[in-house]
Amino acid sequence: MSKVILIDDEPLARSIVNEYLQKHPGLEIVAECNDGFEGVKAIQQHEPDLIFLDIQMPKINGFEMLELIDQRPSVIFTTAFDEFAIKAFEAHAIDYLLKPFSQERFDKAIQKWKEQKTTSKKNTEDLLETASQSPSQTQRIVVKNGSKIKIIPVQDVFYLEAADDYVKVHTQEGGFLKNKTMNHFEQTLDQNQFVRSHRSYIVNVQQITRIDPYEKDNHIAILRSGAKVPVSRNGYVKLRSVLGL
Amino acid sequence: MNTLRYYMPRREKYLHIVFWCLLESALWLTLVNWLLPLILKSFDGYALFMDQSLAVRWCVAFLLMAANTLISVIWYNWEENKEDEQRERDTEKLAKEAELFKLRQQLQPHFLFNSLNSINALIGSRPQEARKMIQQLSDFLRGTLKKEEHQWVSLQEELQYLQLYLDIEKVRFANRLSAIIEADEAVQKMKLPALLLQPIVENAIKFGLYDTTGEAIIRIIARSEDNNLVIRVENPFDAETSTTQKGTGFGLGSVQRRLYLLFARADLLATESKENIFVTIVKIPQHE
Repeated sequence: MSKVILIDDEPLARSIVNEYLQKHPGLEIVAECNDGFEGVKAIQQHEPDLIFLDIQMPKINGFEMLELIDQRPSVIFTTAFDEFAIKAFEAHAIDYLLKPFSQERFDKAIQKWKEQKTTSKKNTEDLLETASQSPSQTQRIVVKNGSKIKIIPVQDVFYLEAADDYVKVHTQEGGFLKNKTMNHFEQTLDQNQFVRSHRSYIVNVQQITRIDPYEKDNHIAILRSGAKVPVSRNGYVKLRSVLGL
Repeated sequence: MNTLRYYMPRREKYLHIVFWCLLESALWLTLVNWLLPLILKSFDGYALFMDQSLAVRWCVAFLLMAANTLISVIWYNWEENKEDEQRERDTEKLAKEAELFKLRQQLQPHFLFNSLNSINALIGSRPQEARKMIQQLSDFLRGTLKKEEHQWVSLQEELQYLQLYLDIEKVRFANRLSAIIEADEAVQKMKLPALLLQPIVENAIKFGLYDTTGEAIIRIIARSEDNNLVIRVENPFDAETSTTQKGTGFGLGSVQRRLYLLFARADLLATESKENIFVTIVKIPQHE
């Protein structure tokens, strides 16, 4: 028996999947979720084999929800109309169902899943990387703090700091770890607002109150919060050009 | 349009070219007549040959020069023409894309496909409701297609149309969405540009439903103030995590633009937020 979770904010959209699944006795629905928050919780609790995931949902979208999950189950994406998502699926050869879909199309997706069991981990990673470049997702950073999920609007970020395989997002409420790379943030964040001041730091220029010299060729940026962010020689050049100095 | 004309220089340009070719070939001839005897002075009879063949050589030089010039004139003209055509194609493409974008927006594909998906689900379990929803969706789409942007309609008419939209959304989101409309009879008769409210309510639903996970109440209140029709649309939102509600919210840009085009005033659309309620206020001047 394979465990299945349905995640969609429209009850009727879940009910049609439920109905189509009647034909597949090997699959059992263990949870139905209204949004990504419930989704994260249910996935951790039930460890399903397969999830049906809608993209556009309240607060955090389907992609952002997946980013928060360490042990990802197989995913069949469902969406009504989202050009960005569809392009991302096509680019990474990922199967998806366009609403409304037929029983036949649904059966085909299940068949495909049974044959290969899961889309390769690499494909999913690549998909999430593409998705995180969408206009809506570059405006906020979704992090998990224990069992709590936090959505941080990018303008509330003080600075980002490299931390091994993670990036630490510093805000008013402290630091949160996000499993992305510094390069990812350097490329996706607005370059007029966020500057890579140092190999291990990206700073929100609107938070800077002053920049002081610090040892030999280096500088240090003092933020409104009092935090100090290292600025390399290269970073100083970039900062000056963004600040128009 | 006769594109061939692009390949042809204008008449005065031709004379110009002929003149220059004559001049250049004459120059060449003079140069050769001066140089060659210097090199070949030991040959007898050469000078005579040179004199006799002068006219022929000029002709040959002129023809060569002219052919060369013409080829390059044609080539440059052709290139220029190609660029012009490309520019024209680009402009057309842009205009087409803008139109397509507008059409797509009017159709609201996300709303449409999700509604169809809901109907698909209802057909199996509650066919009567499915039938009703098809009716509502058809009426709604017909309303979208029928109305012209410059047309004015009564608030009553616009609210009926909105009600269809809200009813469909209620089926989609079940008990998560509820809507309250307050408008007394006098206000119902006031006029507004067709389809003006719909994007505002759509925006309210979008943020009300997509920005909160609980129940969303959309409140639409219409009043008459100093001969203005004033409509407030309220929706819940999460002040902590919302990034798009700052400013006017991008869903409202087109409404702002339309109001400006109609009344040449930028102060007719306003937004405010108090606690977790976001309010959009639109003012429509009434004229006789």
